[in-house]
Amino acid sequence: MGYKRVIMGVQKTALYDLHKSLGAKFVPFAGYEMPIQYRDGIVKEHISTRTHAGFFDVSHMGQFFLEGDETLEEALEKIIPSDLKSLKLNHSKYSFLLNDNGGIIDDLIVTKTNKGFCIILNAACKENDIKHISKFLGKNHNYFLNNDLSLIALQGPKSVEILEKLIPGVSELKFMTGNNFSYDSESLYITRSGYTGEDGFEISISNKKVKNLIDFLIKNGVKPIGLGARDTLRLEAGLCLYGHDLNEKINPVEANLKWAIAKKRKETGGFNGWSKIKNLLTKGSEKIRVGIKPEGKVIARENTKIYSSNGEEIGLVTSGTFGPSVNRPVAMGYIKSEFSEIGTPIQLEVRGKKYVGKVSELPFYKKSYVK
Amino acid sequence: MSEKKFSKKHEWVSLEGDIATVGITKHATEMLGDIVFVEVPDAGKPIEKEGQAAVVESTKAASDVYSPISGEVTEGNKAIVDDPGSVNGDPEGVSWFFKLKIKDKGELDSLMSKDEYDKFCKENPN
Repeated sequence: MGYKRVIMGVQKTALYDLHKSLGAKFVPFAGYEMPIQYRDGIVKEHISTRTHAGFFDVSHMGQFFLEGDETLEEALEKIIPSDLKSLKLNHSKYSFLLNDNGGIIDDLIVTKTNKGFCIILNAACKENDIKHISKFLGKNHNYFLNNDLSLIALQGPKSVEILEKLIPGVSELKFMTGNNFSYDSESLYITRSGYTGEDGFEISISNKKVKNLIDFLIKNGVKPIGLGARDTLRLEAGLCLYGHDLNEKINPVEANLKWAIAKKRKETGGFNGWSKIKNLLTKGSEKIRVGIKPEGKVIARENTKIYSSNGEEIGLVTSGTFGPSVNRPVAMGYIKSEFSEIGTPIQLEVRGKKYVGKVSELPFYKKSYVK
Repeated sequence: MSEKKFSKKHEWVSLEGDIATVGITKHATEMLGDIVFVEVPDAGKPIEKEGQAAVVESTKAASDVYSPISGEVTEGNKAIVDDPGSVNGDPEGVSWFFKLKIKDKGELDSLMSKDEYDKFCKENPN
């Protein structure tokens, strides 16, 4: 009799075997074995997403549901600086969970559902997030992480045409809204959103049915896309990666994400870290997240030191890679606010040598969403 | 040119007179993925055996390229600096990294033959 080798703590999504059959190379990511790339490799996967369509298994992310009476919004608004009371049914907002100091515990998408809210949490943060959120909830509120659901992102200009064939009506969704649809005699929830800078959808579907959906997408020429291209796509689109560009010591003003704090909440406050954030909203922060374009081909990766043209150390790169669609190296990082004006010349220290670069606007790559 | 010899760090070297040509192997490029940045040494730079000599970066990560043999650099391949992606195409041919004027051919003795290297890659898939 043999025995099964059990790797403690390593989780797999419902599509693990399918990824394997598609030639995925796996990496451990937030406690999961996830595909970093498939046979095509990162650059081709990136380009297929921008020019056609790609699918991403993001089932490792937390699909967290909250239900309750009208006091739920009040409770959540203490840690999420969105205007949840005015959020319309099936509308989504990008926001964050804040700690007492205004630091970002996680960034998230919150959607108003008919029973309450659904929040998509980062895989590495989800357990800690739920502990944190639950502290603010009362006995009239229920919450659960739904592990029976997979989450598939379908991204790229052909996404709408392809998904509409399978699930009529999805083409009518506007960016950052969602709805219930039926597929394969089951109800599923789809939002028009994503993390690539392209038009696309995020599809919440049961673990039992997800393989059928993927088979359909593959038959329609949608390529599987790994975490490698997900990173180059989101960085070109100027989007933050939690744990790199955002963490508990960084607040939304420093992160250049004050647009994600609802206008009403900027006036009324009442959320974690409000006194600090209020102050920063008027005075500005000492450091701020900016885009960075290194000159030439050198890649300024995470933790590259940033210097002013006079040689003063002024910041640190938090994400950096080669952008296949813009065909140049791109980066994001935090620098002293007085150097944050677009076009400011900077120096980047890579392998002991200083290379010239400049502060750039974000995103590096822009496409319009369907509004 | 002499037959290629291979290092455990996935570089190859071939010899013509006292000039050695060094590059990275096909296997190395397959592990790295899409190559997007290359830095090669300038002519005149002295390099030790197993010393860091060049840099190669893929979309995933940066890696050092070590020299399997010591000598003085006579030429870095500017073509791969201008078009890093070409290294994925022909790493063991036109996309060599640098040439060295060597002193001691004996340093090649510790390197692997093609067959030995292929076996080494199979036994050490990562």
